[in-house]
Amino acid sequence: MELFNEIIQTLLSGVSIGCIYGLVALGFVLIFKATEVINFAQGEMMVLGAFIALTLINVFGFSYWAALLLATVGLGIFGLILERLVLRSLIGEPVFAIVMLTIGLGYFVRSSVSMVPTWGTDTYGFTTPFTDKAARYGELVLSWEQLAIIFMTIALILILFAFFRYTRMGVAMRATSQNQLAAVYMGISVNRVFSLTWIISAAVGGFAGVLLSPITFVHMNMGFIGLKAFPAAVLGGFSSIPGAIVGGLIIGVTESLAGVYLPIGWKDVAAWIILIGVLIIRPQGLFGIQEKKKV
Amino acid sequence: MRFLMKRNYNQDIQLFKYRSTFFWYLALIIGCCLLPLVLDDYITSQLSFICMYSIATVGLMLLTGYTGQISMGHAAFFGIGAYTSAILTSKGVPFLLALPTAGLLAGFIGIFIGLPALRLSGLYLAIATMGFGFIVDEVLVRWESLTNGNMGMMVDPVSIGPLTFETEVQFYYLTLVVLVLTILAAKNILRSPTGRAMIAIRDSEVAAQAMGISMAKYKTMAFAISAFFTGVAGSLYGHKLTFINPESFTILVSIEFLAMIIIGGLGSLHGAVYGAAFIIFLPQLIIMTKDYMPKYLADQTGLESALYGLMIMLFILFEPMGIYGIWRKKKFYFEMFPLYKKDTFKKEKKYFKAERH
Repeated sequence: MELFNEIIQTLLSGVSIGCIYGLVALGFVLIFKATEVINFAQGEMMVLGAFIALTLINVFGFSYWAALLLATVGLGIFGLILERLVLRSLIGEPVFAIVMLTIGLGYFVRSSVSMVPTWGTDTYGFTTPFTDKAARYGELVLSWEQLAIIFMTIALILILFAFFRYTRMGVAMRATSQNQLAAVYMGISVNRVFSLTWIISAAVGGFAGVLLSPITFVHMNMGFIGLKAFPAAVLGGFSSIPGAIVGGLIIGVTESLAGVYLPIGWKDVAAWIILIGVLIIRPQGLFGIQEKKKV
Repeated sequence: MRFLMKRNYNQDIQLFKYRSTFFWYLALIIGCCLLPLVLDDYITSQLSFICMYSIATVGLMLLTGYTGQISMGHAAFFGIGAYTSAILTSKGVPFLLALPTAGLLAGFIGIFIGLPALRLSGLYLAIATMGFGFIVDEVLVRWESLTNGNMGMMVDPVSIGPLTFETEVQFYYLTLVVLVLTILAAKNILRSPTGRAMIAIRDSEVAAQAMGISMAKYKTMAFAISAFFTGVAGSLYGHKLTFINPESFTILVSIEFLAMIIIGGLGSLHGAVYGAAFIIFLPQLIIMTKDYMPKYLADQTGLESALYGLMIMLFILFEPMGIYGIWRKKKFYFEMFPLYKKDTFKKEKKYFKAERH
């Protein structure tokens, strides 16, 4: 029973951190599917989201839910500005240029966050409705902070699913990601789709940042956790939205199991070892479809 | 504008295009040798750093700028070089042997990274090499019996026979010699069949394969050569700092290398050196301009990395050919003087460069 509880708790913490990886990976995948751009600054969206929520809660006295909503919306606007100012001119450039541009962007955002008055380089925290609460089932103690991440991720995925499935814009976005040219012929404004993709992706990043805050606390370097979302996205095939979430869960669970049952040090590299293994055996990822390249 | 009448094939690949070029490079080397006479110790030590980083960026340039394979894990090779050399010299192996061994070991590991690269390209390669960088970094932290983990290890100063390289000036000459040898080697690789195969792979993998170039052979070779130079640079870096720990070889260093070759100008060896010099002197530039900034901004610790990120973005957006590109444009302007057309260097805008379709 003792062992069982331990395993359940490890799995729970793995799944909850996996949800975060999945959400960040979802941000990569959305943008990649639509524009073939890879946003290495996705982790910084988390930082921004978390800091905005922090300010709203601690300085302006907003409730957690209002702050979550506002941070998500705020990041959406930020994504829009970013797309219009910087990234639109880069469509069609080589991968290398885009990777470096978004890395530069990440540096810029991260350092700018440290320059904002009252934000700085310190570590902060804010109280949420779930702080210090736990669900007990006999011997089993499950932290609400972790459960909340899982439930809220599920809710967000359902919303996104409904959006892509049932709204005109969602269908237009799926069409664009399948074939841009055909989408243009069907009267879809591809530029608007690109803008909306960035809005959604940045907003998801901000949402993930607020969710993550109770676990890792708010800090300018919390975005580095976003790097772990790369193995998650690759594992899922980089162009599959369910794949990104499943990839995130696999990475999260493996990591937390490695943290408990393997010697110290394995936890941090487990994700990368899985990644390289997957890339060698199945370069298109678990859910990806091998697509032939035209010359 | 000068036109060269080429009479035989070898003229296309000779090391110096004009005789005057040779003269100017010779003058440059002599100038570099004389520099420590007029500069103080601090600037001289910065120059050594430029030389060391240039060796690494020349390596990365061969891989990324000439073969078109992105690597976000070059700090790993840098670290492998530094630790190999540090451990060997502490066991009494002479530096002259430890330096190439460090390069060779890095190159050998580079072969293994080159193998998955055969099946990966672009984005996937970037992420896989990044993963490799993380794994090596963790190994350096955890293999405590060999590397002393996070505590770091002391590195012996360099001595070759009776010569010691302890002062800044002496070390500068050492790095300068290695840098000149590296550039000569890289130049020669690039004009050999290997180098031209690498360039062909960069321009079009399919076309290169159709010409009978073995993808497996040349991609792994590019990784090995690149890792070799970076390992050599790492070895010098360790001896220069005399103390290394895994902190010095994180992903941020890999990104710094990439930033150097982009800002310098992808696809030119000049660019590799310019980029290294620019990034090394960037903190100095920032300090100099601090007086003109608002007080609040100038006091921020994050200023340097913010400007650093901004610089990468601006170069990619407005000058993708980097500093070398600016130089080429200026040169072209004066060569063509009244007839210069701005659009000569204009890039063709491609809206659909898809990797998937």
